[in-house]
Amino acid sequence: MTATIDTLPDVLSPVRFHQVGKTFGTGRKSVVALDGVDLEVEPGEFVCLLGASGCGKTTLLNLVAGLDHPTAGRIELNSSRPAVVFQEAALMPWLTAAGNVELPLRMAGVPKAQRRAKAAELLELVRLAGLGDKRPHELSGGMRQRVALARALASTTDSTGDAGDKPSLLLMDEPFSALDAITRDVLQGELLRIWRATGTAILFVTHDVREAVRLGQRVVLLSSRPGRVVQQWDVEDAPDAAAVTDEINTALRKVISSHAA
Amino acid sequence: MPLDVQEGSVEAGLDALDTPVDTTEGSRVRRIAARVLPPIGAVVVLVAIWQALWAAAFWPEFKLPAPAAVWSQIWQLVTSGDIAELFWVSVHRAVIGFAISLLIAVPLGLAIANLTVVRRGIGPLVSGLQSLPSVAWVPAAILWFGLNDRAIYWVVLLGAVPSIANGLVSGLDQVPPILPRVGKALGAGRFGGIRYILLPAALPGFLGGLKQGWAFSWRSLMAAELIATSPELGEGLGQYLHNGMSLSDISMVFAGIVLIFVVGVGIELLVFRPLENTVLKARGLGPAR
Ligand SMILES: Nc1ncnc2c1ncn2[C@@H]1O[C@H](COP(=O)(O)OP(=O)(O)O)[C@@H](O)[C@H]1O
Ligand SMILES: [Mg+2]
Repeated sequence: MTATIDTLPDVLSPVRFHQVGKTFGTGRKSVVALDGVDLEVEPGEFVCLLGASGCGKTTLLNLVAGLDHPTAGRIELNSSRPAVVFQEAALMPWLTAAGNVELPLRMAGVPKAQRRAKAAELLELVRLAGLGDKRPHELSGGMRQRVALARALASTTDSTGDAGDKPSLLLMDEPFSALDAITRDVLQGELLRIWRATGTAILFVTHDVREAVRLGQRVVLLSSRPGRVVQQWDVEDAPDAAAVTDEINTALRKVISSHAA
Repeated sequence: MPLDVQEGSVEAGLDALDTPVDTTEGSRVRRIAARVLPPIGAVVVLVAIWQALWAAAFWPEFKLPAPAAVWSQIWQLVTSGDIAELFWVSVHRAVIGFAISLLIAVPLGLAIANLTVVRRGIGPLVSGLQSLPSVAWVPAAILWFGLNDRAIYWVVLLGAVPSIANGLVSGLDQVPPILPRVGKALGAGRFGGIRYILLPAALPGFLGGLKQGWAFSWRSLMAAELIATSPELGEGLGQYLHNGMSLSDISMVFAGIVLIFVVGVGIELLVFRPLENTVLKARGLGPAR
């Protein structure tokens, strides 16, 4: 390993929003999905983004992932390519589990032997070692979502098969909401384990308050139409999880009922 | 149940419970028999009816030949070795025509599917050409190129290219939009996205187009060979059929029809069906029944 000459300051955030806005369409039919969003994720931090359906959570993640561009403000990205996990696993049905994990590496031009090794390592990380040869349709919903997570983590590596010195960032868009309760509970535990093992920063979108409180160090509540940051809670050091959950629930209900009028 | 469940064991249990199981049963021989016997039975019944009609002598012999007479025509082609030339002339033309069609149809389909202007401009034209019987091009092709292979390939191309291109377009249109989005999130560029995501995702629809393209190219070829006959062109199955008509030999005509049918269906069963089944099975999509 060569030493980098100008070492990055250790406070550089993987992602920082500066008054970000996103409007779909123009004229009278336009929809303001996001407006004046300021948000910062620290290296290694687990942030849960909470909001009602349609408040712009997916839009926000898409902006960070580079799948869409803001119409106002600016997003400062200091991470390697963000890893993205969607609500559906969306595995490529013609590839095996290992083939899916290798896909981003293949597109980045990583040599075959290195790809193999990296995919095996990531499948091990999500506890699917030995199932690399299975096709997506031979896996359960929870297993597919774990393959999707391994594949997303593979996408952060560059052509040398290594993520470089930049902090890593994992974006997750309601990844467990299509799973049954037990599987979801287990995968939440797994995600926390993987987060601790990899030290990656996570921006996790959910509409489930309990999930947000269980997983996140910080919970950010987004309002609806336009999506703005309403309030934030530091839930990691909260003495009483149940009380915080109630408080956030109340705030969320208030945001939703403000749209009834 | 002990309280301290071993780490990871709940997950392992869930995985075991949730994993879909393969429920296909029965031995391989039985499954193959169940596939093969019905069509054989159908052919036997058909030949029996034919034999009965012939024996009843509803029609004179020069209109309806005996099954045995047709068989002896075919058998004579086999023993004399002439069948090899008939097959070679026709099949190699169909294969070359199909291959050229593929080279033209794939870029065409990609352009129609990906570029709005091209889709609006020539999309309807290509669909329209698909419903125009390509045999309608035979007179023009003969006037343009003369009685030669080029005229025949022209007709075959106009039969096969629209089918293959349309198959590719509908295959691409049916790709779930989430897949290219995922591809982009995984770092696919424009060509990486086409090469690694779009094309493989469109493969099942594309194979359907290929199958249809083969049928059209075989059909067009037979029509062209039947109409455009000349010593220069060599004797293919279409010409054989034509000769049967010229000689007023109905058993030869029937033999020609049977051989054309056998080649068309044979290639579909030997090449396209296994290909399609392999691709669909790998994706957990049931094979076409
Ligand atoms: N491509 C688009 N075109 C127009 N409107 C969109 C588009 N994508 C999202 N929207 C609108 O933006 C708002 C936020 O959507 P989204 O980010 O998907 O919400 P969430 O993920 O929080 O449910 C919604 O009102 C939605 O209708
Ligand atoms: Mg959403």
